[in-house]
Parts: sequence; structure tokens; C-alpha cells
Amino acid sequence: MIRRAILKAIAVPGYQVPFASREMPMPYGWGTGGVQVTAAILGRSDVLKVIDQGADDTTNAVSIRRFFARTSGVATTTRTREATIIQTRHRIPETPLAEGQTLVYQVPIPEPLRFLEPRETETRQLHALAEYGAMHVKLYEDISRHGHIATTYAYPVEVAGRYVMDPSPTPKFDNPKMDDCPALQLFGAGRERRIYAVPPYTRVRSLDFEDHPFRVQEFTQPCALCGASGHYLDEVVTDDAGGRMYVCSDTDICETRVEEAGR
Amino acid sequence: MLAPGFADPVHDAQGTFRAVMDALARPGQPRPLAPGLTPPAPLTPELAAVALALTDADTPVWLDAALAAAPDVAAYLRFHTGAPLTDDPAQAAFALIRDPGRCPPLGRFAPGTPAYPDTSTTLVLACEAITEGEGLHLAGPGIAGTVRLAAAPLPEGFVTQLAANRADFPLGVDLILTAPGRVAGLPRSTAVSEG
Repeated sequence: MIRRAILKAIAVPGYQVPFASREMPMPYGWGTGGVQVTAAILGRSDVLKVIDQGADDTTNAVSIRRFFARTSGVATTTRTREATIIQTRHRIPETPLAEGQTLVYQVPIPEPLRFLEPRETETRQLHALAEYGAMHVKLYEDISRHGHIATTYAYPVEVAGRYVMDPSPTPKFDNPKMDDCPALQLFGAGRERRIYAVPPYTRVRSLDFEDHPFRVQEFTQPCALCGASGHYLDEVVTDDAGGRMYVCSDTDICETRVEEAGR
Repeated sequence: MLAPGFADPVHDAQGTFRAVMDALARPGQPRPLAPGLTPPAPLTPELAAVALALTDADTPVWLDAALAAAPDVAAYLRFHTGAPLTDDPAQAAFALIRDPGRCPPLGRFAPGTPAYPDTSTTLVLACEAITEGEGLHLAGPGIAGTVRLAAAPLPEGFVTQLAANRADFPLGVDLILTAPGRVAGLPRSTAVSEG
């Protein structure tokens, strides 16, 4: 049943397919949607990578990776290039994804219009009519209040020229990576019981205005560990005297770069 | 005696699903499908594999005239999937087409509703051959630029019917083309032309 939902999600890019979400051995909010999608597609020859905010070594990522290693016997990795399936919470790896890879997002709230219209019956009609004016008004209100579009994560996108979709709470920094991506992108929302998809090589456009075009965050300094610029950085507080450093949120690419530099 | 289903139900069903998923995600790139099934004639191993992997009690299945004429096929599908068989193509979640040349017009199958376009029929066609790199021109999600795909036999006026199907997007049926050892996907999002 989850597999059927995935097939329909691929056939109608960006449309949220309802599915009967299962009990998972973890609470809602910890990636039950992503785990169900991963479990539905995972096979013996797959290599699984799990990231949480870009990191392979945080509790959520380690638990889910171990869960699948133990229950399915599948090979796991932390290397983006070696993985065939990457389950992610709120980041897209910095290493460009390739054909043959599948990115599985854990999604808390799949409905991009939910904070504008709480009724599911209404949002479903809005999607059916492709009536997305309210979303543009929301972005416009950002501009009138802050002078720029202040939405920095879960930034709404239009998929294949039709459905407006919530890319999950990834930083908008990652939105351009979704466009024309060679990998298949699947989204699972366990609590909200929705699955949606972006097939490979599909146009994913971040909503914007002619006079306020979409722009990603920029960082003024490189990563303190690997020296990379152009990566998404996390702020790490290092002491109680205001000391802080900025490091790559993607631990795999950061470690790889540090190793290569040390050689 | 009833023919057996998948030898390894968990992994064979996963493998079949994965081939279909990859085929639908990348229209024009057929995937290998070797299910190792020996279903009753005229059901092909590939049609049987898709049915066993994807249908259950929640999915009404419609059989074309060639399949409906063979009681063994209905018995095989009922036993292994538990799926109810329907005579009405507009009620079908899946339609198994053994004879694509005599497939009813695509418009007779369920197109879904504007609020729930996922409730449309998925047609599974048993072609004799699928060849990439020639034939129809495909473009759309899942395809970098355009690709070419040929399959035979196909329903009458196939390209015109697919154009009408595509015009109603997000409504429309999705097609899974099978041939011996292969599967290809033609989701409703794909624009198909003769070139």
C-alpha cells in the first residue's frame, strides 16, 4: 500500500498522496514517514546512509541507520557517493547526487498551505484548483514587513509547473539542489500520513517575485574545520564567553575534505 | 494444480516493486524484471509479478478479454493477491492487459478526481518487445531532455490517446509496459509524441 502510494506520487510530482501510516518503533516526529518510505523501497543490494541536519553521527541518524542494519541486514555507509538510498532530516548533502540514488526526506508537516488554511478539505481544493495566491500573499507580507522574503526554511517550491510543495524544513539554501536533480526524491510524513515525490530531472522552482527573486543564504566565512566556502554552515558555541565557530552541517563532506587535506 | 507465487515473497515483491518504481521515475529507461514465475497462460510472468507485488484486497483489478477468458488466471490472482476482480474498468485500481492491441480506450479507465488524482487506474500492458533509443519521443519529469522508447504491440491511436491523457493532468491513468524480462514506465506526467 505504501509502495502503491509511492508510484502514484512519482506519477503526479508534488501531489501529496494519502496513505495509512503504520505504527513505527519510534515516536512521531522522529522520522516515522521517512522510515516507512525507506523500508518500502529498501532491497538487499542497497547501501543506506542516514543524516540528521546533515550529520551522520547524531542520535536520530545513528538510531535509524542501526535499525535498518539490524532488521534488514542492508549495508550502511556515511559516504554520500557510496549510498543508493539516503534518508535525510532537513538537509540535502553538499556532494551532488547521482542517477541511481534515492533521497528520502522525513517530513513533519507536508502541507505548504497549512499555516494559511488549517482545514484539510480546503487545502485539498486549493491544490485541485492550483490556487496558490495565498502563498504569494504570505511571501509578499514578508517583504512588506521585513523588506525581503524572510522565510529561510521549508521555503515553498512549485514542482513541474503544477503543485506547490513543502520541501520539508530544509534550509532554503538546499532548494536549488532539488531542481533538475538526477536522483529520485521521496517525501514521507508519518504523522500526517502523506507521501509525495519529485522524479529525477524535474523542474523545482522556489516561489518568488520578479523584483524580489529567490536567493539563498550566504556565509561570510568558510568552514572552520575544512575551510570550504559555499557549504551550509552550523554555528557552534565553543565557550561561555561568546566564542563560536562555523562548521559544515554536512559531516561527510567536511570529514572527507579534512582527510584529503591531511594527506 | 494452482501455480506457485513468488519463491521468496519478501525480496521478490520488493525487487519487482523497485523495478516498477525506477521505471516510472525514469520513463524511457526500461528496467530488468525477471520474476521467475510460471503463471497460468495467457498471463505473462511480468504481468503476474506486478500483480503479486502491488495488488491486494484494497485494489480492484480489471482483466482484459484475453485474461478474463481464462478461469485459471482469475483463480491464480484471487489466491495469491486476494484482490477483487471487477468488470468495470472505471472501478479498477489496476488493469492487466494481455493484448495491448485490443486495449479499451484509456478514457474508459478511472482518471482520478481533482482532489484525489492518485485514485486513477494503473494499466499494466504485456507487450512483446520494449526497445529504448527508437520509436516514440518522451519528455517530462524523470527525463533529462528527451528519450526514445519503442514498444509493440500498443493500443490503437496510442500517441493521440496519451496526448489526451496528458492534457488532463493531474488527472489521468499511468501505464506500466512489460515485455519478457523488462518493464518500462509511462506515467501521466510524460509527454509522448511520434517525433
